[in-house]
Amino acid sequence: MVQKLDRLGLTPSQTAGPYVHIGLAPEACGIEKPPFPTLGTEIAGPAAKGTRITVRGRVVDGGDLPLRDCLIETWQADAAGIYPGQQGADPAVTGFGRFPADFTSGEFSFETVRPGAVDLPGDQAIPPHISFWIFARGINHGLHTRMYFPEDNLSGDPLLARIEHRDRIATLVAEARGETEYWFEIRLQGAGETVFFDI
Amino acid sequence: MTGALFPRQAGLHPPAFTPGYKTSVLRSPQRALISFGSGPSEETGPAFGHVKLGEHDNDLLLNHARPGQSAIGERIIVHGRLLDEGGRPIPGALIEIWQANAGGRYRHKKDGYLAPLDPDFGGCGRAITAEDGSYVFRTIKPGAYPWPNGPNEWRPAHIHFSIFGHSFGQRLISQMYFEGDPLIARCPIAQTIPDKEALNRLVAALDMAETKPMDAIAYKFDIVLRGRRQTHFENRLEGM
Ligand SMILES: [Fe+3]
Repeated sequence: MVQKLDRLGLTPSQTAGPYVHIGLAPEACGIEKPPFPTLGTEIAGPAAKGTRITVRGRVVDGGDLPLRDCLIETWQADAAGIYPGQQGADPAVTGFGRFPADFTSGEFSFETVRPGAVDLPGDQAIPPHISFWIFARGINHGLHTRMYFPEDNLSGDPLLARIEHRDRIATLVAEARGETEYWFEIRLQGAGETVFFDI
Repeated sequence: MTGALFPRQAGLHPPAFTPGYKTSVLRSPQRALISFGSGPSEETGPAFGHVKLGEHDNDLLLNHARPGQSAIGERIIVHGRLLDEGGRPIPGALIEIWQANAGGRYRHKKDGYLAPLDPDFGGCGRAITAEDGSYVFRTIKPGAYPWPNGPNEWRPAHIHFSIFGHSFGQRLISQMYFEGDPLIARCPIAQTIPDKEALNRLVAALDMAETKPMDAIAYKFDIVLRGRRQTHFENRLEGM
């Protein structure tokens, strides 16, 4: 006999369902006068340091149809690569975004500042990236991925180095659409399936 | 505060592809997830402790009701604690909920179920956990509702929960069910969870001790998020 590890059992995930907007983005689903405003509408306030960028994109299913009922959440560092809550973080950056896909086109879009590279212990760094968490009807457990930038050298990223099928890394890199605009298409299934993480 | 997140327990969360729940068929990745130890991007996370809550944010009986009115239905209290796997309370964390009204109808432009809307019920609420990880909501018990997954499919009464811990890697969305509901065993969404015991953790227990006599029945629903390793040693083998 051995001692028992006193770990609690985790609460399992369930789909967010089709009506997720009521709780997390009430303005999007036609609720007049929601009791409180949606959180995560401003990742970086007007005073935030760094280059302002716009990210647009969509989430596409295995039948090539954009999800028009999904929500995405994003989390990122400030322009210096420091996460909100860490020492020296830019106070104008919340780092957190929450955006519903458009009910007709399925497109999401948000404005932020371009994050900086995130230092790791030793002399490694993670190239600039925005973490995404995608949830919707039909997604049993929120899907976690990252968006990287096409201008950056990604060769030093320890996480990307883990991906055996090198051609799949391209699924994590946004497409430049002009100086400060990016397009990030997330494919849930099939050809060009986005890399999702269990981190 | 620092320390890598525990890996997710294998086999606990529902797999992505669960054909009994038809929408998952085209929305499930087919390639394996890439596993990696957590780093700063997952170990940090948005903080909501400072968000100023309105007086009735956690009171769905009142937060969408006209003055002097309250939502129609069985009045309930839903309370519990937010903990990590090590049993430590998670204070200052945001919990958001949404649900159907007593008739099983959502206040959402995409819900066309014939049950009527309740003019005094919106269906969303939020709370920030206290020092001991506790939270409480007051609401009505949602009704079961039909959905087009099969010819005659009904969701058990449930409340949707969205939970932030202290790090983005702890993010969780789930649903709370009610003790004794015969629809849970018949629900393709509840049944996406492979482990019976894990599913039981989503079933809130009737809590007579916390019931307010002549007012509202209480249910207890504790939530457990991924824990963190303690940082006994700082050396990191794989750079993260
Ligand atoms: Fe529901």
